[in-house]
Amino acid sequence: MLITINGQGMEVALDPRTSLLDLLREHLELHGTKKGCDQGACGACTVLADGERILSCLALAVQYEGRSISTVEGLADDGRLHPLQQAFIDHDGFQCGYCTPGQICSAIGMAAEIGRGVPSAVTADLAATTIPPTRDELRERMSGNLCRCGAHNGIIDAITEIYSAEAAE
Amino acid sequence: MTTIRDAAQKLMQTAIGLAPERWLPGGTPDPLIGRHGAIGSSVPRIDGPRKVKGEARFAAEVPAGNMVYAALVYSTIARGRIATLDTDATQAVPGVVLVMTYRNAPRMAPPALFMSDPRAAGASSLPVMQDDTIHWNGEPIAVILAETQEQADHAATLVRVTYTKETASTSFDAATAQAHRPDSVLGEPAVIEIGNAEAALAEAAHQIDRTYHTPRHSHAAIEPHAATVWWEADGRLVVHDATQMLNGTRWTLAGIFGLKEEQIRILSPFVGGGFGGKTLWNHQILAIAASRLSGRPVRVSLSREGVFRVSGGRTTTRQRVALGARADGTLSALIHTGIAAMTAYNNCPEQFSFPARHLYAADSFKLEQKVADLDMVANTFMRAPGESIGTFALESAIDELADSMGLDPIELRRRIEPVKDPTSGHAFSARHLLDAYARGAERFGWSARNPTPRARREGEWLIGMGVATATYPYYRMPGGAARITLTREGQARVAMASHEMGMGTATVQVQAAADRLGLPIAHVTFAYGDTALPPGTIAGGSSQTASIAAAVTAASEKLVPALLKLVGNDSPLAGLRAGDVEARDGGLGHRSLPERFESYASILSRANRDEISAEAEAPMPLEVQKYAMHSYGAQFCEVRVNAVTGETRISRFLGSFDAGRVLNPRTAASQFRGGIIMGLGLALTEETLFDARTGRIMNPSLADYHVPVHLDVPQIDVIWTDSPDPHAPLGAHGIGEIGITGVGAAVANAVYNATGRRIRDLPITLDKLL
Amino acid sequence: MTPFSYARAGDAATATGLGMAEGAKYLGGGTNLVDLMRETIERPDRLVDVTGLSRMIAERDDGSLMIGAAVRNTAVAEHQAVRERYPVLARAILSGASGQIRNMATVGGNILQRTRCAYFYDDAARCNKRVPGAGCDAIDGFNRTHAILGASPACVATHPSDMCVALAALGAVVHLENTAGARTLPLVDLHRLPMGRPEVETLLEPGELITAIELPPLPWAVRSTYRKVRDRASYAFALVSVAAVLDRSGDGMVRDVRLALGGVAHKPWRAFAAEAALRGRPASEACFRAAAEAELADAAPLRDNGFKIELARRTIVAVLNELAGETA
Repeated sequence: MLITINGQGMEVALDPRTSLLDLLREHLELHGTKKGCDQGACGACTVLADGERILSCLALAVQYEGRSISTVEGLADDGRLHPLQQAFIDHDGFQCGYCTPGQICSAIGMAAEIGRGVPSAVTADLAATTIPPTRDELRERMSGNLCRCGAHNGIIDAITEIYSAEAAE
Repeated sequence: MTTIRDAAQKLMQTAIGLAPERWLPGGTPDPLIGRHGAIGSSVPRIDGPRKVKGEARFAAEVPAGNMVYAALVYSTIARGRIATLDTDATQAVPGVVLVMTYRNAPRMAPPALFMSDPRAAGASSLPVMQDDTIHWNGEPIAVILAETQEQADHAATLVRVTYTKETASTSFDAATAQAHRPDSVLGEPAVIEIGNAEAALAEAAHQIDRTYHTPRHSHAAIEPHAATVWWEADGRLVVHDATQMLNGTRWTLAGIFGLKEEQIRILSPFVGGGFGGKTLWNHQILAIAASRLSGRPVRVSLSREGVFRVSGGRTTTRQRVALGARADGTLSALIHTGIAAMTAYNNCPEQFSFPARHLYAADSFKLEQKVADLDMVANTFMRAPGESIGTFALESAIDELADSMGLDPIELRRRIEPVKDPTSGHAFSARHLLDAYARGAERFGWSARNPTPRARREGEWLIGMGVATATYPYYRMPGGAARITLTREGQARVAMASHEMGMGTATVQVQAAADRLGLPIAHVTFAYGDTALPPGTIAGGSSQTASIAAAVTAASEKLVPALLKLVGNDSPLAGLRAGDVEARDGGLGHRSLPERFESYASILSRANRDEISAEAEAPMPLEVQKYAMHSYGAQFCEVRVNAVTGETRISRFLGSFDAGRVLNPRTAASQFRGGIIMGLGLALTEETLFDARTGRIMNPSLADYHVPVHLDVPQIDVIWTDSPDPHAPLGAHGIGEIGITGVGAAVANAVYNATGRRIRDLPITLDKLL
Repeated sequence: MTPFSYARAGDAATATGLGMAEGAKYLGGGTNLVDLMRETIERPDRLVDVTGLSRMIAERDDGSLMIGAAVRNTAVAEHQAVRERYPVLARAILSGASGQIRNMATVGGNILQRTRCAYFYDDAARCNKRVPGAGCDAIDGFNRTHAILGASPACVATHPSDMCVALAALGAVVHLENTAGARTLPLVDLHRLPMGRPEVETLLEPGELITAIELPPLPWAVRSTYRKVRDRASYAFALVSVAAVLDRSGDGMVRDVRLALGGVAHKPWRAFAAEAALRGRPASEACFRAAAEAELADAAPLRDNGFKIELARRTIVAVLNELAGETA
């Protein structure tokens, strides 16, 4: 089947059991996407499928034929870090670094969701079409990404820096 | 465990023979303690770019040609024997390369139990897959190797096994009836009695006598335990592991497989969270054995369930704290006793009574730990073993006493602040706990707290504030050595087989080495995570920073004379001795004559050398024999408890720490916060469910074992006294574990203040507050 | 995971043709099924991927809303009509799982997700759902999260969906199709109580596929909400949840009400008894409490979950109070 990974189309032959996560890690040597639980409970495997954040561990790769997948390896532009990657460093938004790619990919997908007005469980006014990226909104929306080192504050700080500025523009 | 005491004594006897060193009385103070340079700067993590780009390569990501994938099968009973074992269907699965069970596993010696020898790393001393005996529910009984993970996983589900069950001890409540004192608790006595505490308690004007329960906890590092292993053609073994014990793992594996240490290389440059859990368990041993049988490199990456089955966590405890106080709050009696669940084949009694040995003054003490033997996966060290849950009990009881006396809980602690260590009598090397309290109280707005429970409410939410003491010992581990290599370009490479699991090891050690050598940090690298380097010590007990720093200091003290030997008569340094010079500005210079200076580059090029190396072992940690050395903190918490549903949410948190000199405020703040957040999980949501009927862990998943999520974590304020400990290398204490201590009690005390309900049974879930 | 074949269906006819085969299962976002397959609790021979089927949300002239079964959970929650006209549904969906999972999970798959009972998940345990007749280890085990209503000696598991609780309250209708034809079923009738056969969780016929969900026109559902009580602040299953729609008249009486509970039973629990007790009664806390009592009169606690009875009572009252305040 044909699948696009970080802008590059590739032909892969797969066991239908292979998850998108294992396709990336074990077949394409793209280890940036992490396996934390393999059961949809930690968010470490978050990638973007056509811009939407999903859990690659619960995604059978065959279901993503023809789709465009972005992983952490595709974020840096010509060696220059994505602004959110830099913000994670600046705000010390990680310690061991294992949940980090998932946090970053999730945040990028999340920002797009806020941008198009998707509400969250903490949004007071469901009818509102613009939702300010408050700390509570970000914390709720990032709750699918576990961090055990306890870098939560730095992660939200980094996301706030990048996407609050964007929202203000 | 007499072996441990013996080993510790042997180490100390060896050490006594050494010259007194700089951190002891009479030693020369470390010149770096007072100097501000790279140390103390908020240097960003030097491995940051690799981590945010996903380029940091973890153990399950190391490529190996012709590699096969492992899947494990776990027992479903706690004790007994395998009666029948049918692997025919498993063997028949396409892609299966090997099915290993006790029938064909190679003969292996049992792992040397951690602390049975200073180099031992075994989490348990049980033999691994050597016969049909089952020792715990979840013990691996088969290893499947296949060409793909999918094949191995599927084949593993086809193993058919029946058991002959034997009566197992799987109920903590039942086992406590036979609880017994361990020979020692990490080399300390299991019992300390000073005076007659029970009698003093009975006579005290104010008494608190409570029982507290703490559940099992799981480290739940996001990276599952994993290893990629292979045997070289010449019989050498390569293990890419996720470990906090590189050299211990190597020594222990050598024993298991009958190898020389030199035949084994362990690499572990990145560990995706450890917290005490990333040590030597069955999975590495089985992968190595299966690799030997199959002749193929093996990757074992435990499933999340496998992590819970194969590696133990923090054990459960029942603790009694009883306090007898006079009218002025001073303590006539301090009793902290209890029982922890353990196994007969490990040695981790969860030192919950340790805080009470060092925190407060009292006339009499009764401190006793017992263990109850269960048939379960060996429990192990998890972030602040003992102190995390010991402070829950002790600091809850202190709060209960203060409340019953109508005293502010901080004021009570002022009145029971000791002048020397209350049980050992040693002087404190550094203790600024009351200062931490004062700063914390000021910043948190403690004075606004209403001491009357249930007095503050906003809508459905009851609001309360609580406080508790944090404490964790200073440890420095012996046996580590560092190598410093200076190059003609004026670069330094520091090397030691140490560990990075998120603490910022390389970053901080580059900072320290830069100041030690008088170099800018850009000119220093720190190599670690590989047993090919000089031996490191464990990343445990918050000891690694000090352990490395002491070794690097020792190496630098060897390097300087070696450099001076190189200088010729033309050098401005000619004729100077090591004691005359200091490292500065990329070279050595006379301590008081600025013009007598020569750069490393100049020394080496003049001597026609490309580089110079010095390697030295750290001196024995004698400072801990002389002083009571601990870190402290004051944990301030504001909670909101929903009056309708009982849900507890943390609205504010401040940790005010007294943990020696802070080497890197950025990474230190993260360490403190990380500990606090794990403490919030301990307080509110975390519990490994161990089914007493079967000895089986029933929530082996991150969906059901609830670590805090982003929405559970408020902005956490951390401050510190930044007071150097003159008796510790760099003046610093390790800070990886102090953060979690006291948090459980701070939350519970805040919940009491909010609701009037005292929860003595963790976690504080909403059903306990309805 | 047991080996299986994979086929993608572009329309319902193709899907049901493939889905009729013995051992076939429909695959939506995979967020529950793939996990269960990895645990080998589910071992289908064939997966029929139905995510290519209708992803439309259509507002119909009669005011009802048709939601295609393959619509992603996020798409439902962000749809303006859902947010404005059925806020209880948007809130319920947004309280479930995580952003990533909501982006994957389909409406049909959400409805058919299976229990999170730990003994169901653990093949070392006895579970009548997994192995009919094996027994139930949850009844005397860890059952803090288990059912207080409608359970049986054979099974005390709960249905984990949030979305379904809102759908139950709204009186949603499920559109079904197999090769034999199409039919509809009220959502509250789709899921079964366990009784003696907990392995049969729905009234779906062999090969039957959920093709759409129909939300009836319910103009007063603009006053509706969902409250989920759980151990973590987010990303955890409900201990108790309440979906409520309240129509209060000008004189402070309950003109109509819809109430459903989550986390308490083997199915999304429509609180018919409470509704009956409320209709035509004052919209007062006392009446809300009496209605909750009526609903929970038959609640039966297990070892660890007795708190759910009080929690459900309190949450029902609080949610109705909130809605009554809103409509005032």
